[in-house]
Amino acid sequence: MKFQWWHGALIAGFILALLSPLASSSPDGLERVAEDKGFIGAAREFWYELIPDYTMPGIGNEALATIISGVFGTAILFGIGYGIAKALKAKSET
Amino acid sequence: MHIPDGFISAPVAVGGVVVAAGAVACAVKVTNRGLGEKQVPLMGVLAAFIFAAQMLNFPVAGGTSGHFMGAALAAILLGPWAGLLIMTCVLLVQCLVFQDGGLLALGANVFNMGIVGCFLGYYIYQGVTLLMGNKRVVVLVAGGIAGWAAIVVAALFCALELGISGTVPLHVVLPAMGGVHALIGIGEGLITAAVLALVLATRPDLMRLGSQRA
Repeated sequence: MKFQWWHGALIAGFILALLSPLASSSPDGLERVAEDKGFIGAAREFWYELIPDYTMPGIGNEALATIISGVFGTAILFGIGYGIAKALKAKSET
Repeated sequence: MHIPDGFISAPVAVGGVVVAAGAVACAVKVTNRGLGEKQVPLMGVLAAFIFAAQMLNFPVAGGTSGHFMGAALAAILLGPWAGLLIMTCVLLVQCLVFQDGGLLALGANVFNMGIVGCFLGYYIYQGVTLLMGNKRVVVLVAGGIAGWAAIVVAALFCALELGISGTVPLHVVLPAMGGVHALIGIGEGLITAAVLALVLATRPDLMRLGSQRA
């Protein structure tokens, strides 16, 4: 299979996922406002957990657990985005 | 700014679900008619890229971080309806698989970051390039402004939902959310412009407008 432009773009996405342990762990904009204005306690936990906090469970090394969850999420989103577009395109041709 | 469950009231959450579901159904219909050969892999890589980029929180002032949203970028490259589909996929996976953003709040999150982000970003970009022409520098500046405005206005809608829900007074949360996201938006604008620069340099044919008006 010939190397296409989007292979490069997909690789760039995976490289970003590999960099995920470098992300700032400070609260994000909404969390910061919720803490400052005193409503962070209103947040309710999920009733189930698959990969909470972008950390793949069962992996001791936290950076590695973050990378694996990032690569996993990036891969599924490529699959879903590509799949939906493919399905919609097929419909538009018939 | 993924709203967790508990931050917004049931009526606001239900309202968000209804509006989001209607918009996504419409997006499926519209996108159905206009997808070309190149858009298929582009939708896949954009969904993947936006998910990965959203994990990379960058620090902004005072122990706060922000992350890329990507709605304006997706809408500029693929149009607002396909952009909305991409954002919905990202938010759905983040919610169901990564427990980021509440399940009941999913509609509100799709509304803020998908509908508001994509359409506002798209029309600001369109407006600026229409007025100023389609030169490279204009495209990059328009993309930057669109990215900044998309995340700031999405944050203001998020604040509005929190205010209507009675979680926090509107006059308190509106300036707070606007202020923080005006800073985070600088990152959003820079990343949006940088990706557009990369697309222009490597595959200018992928730019919707660039290809149509060049």
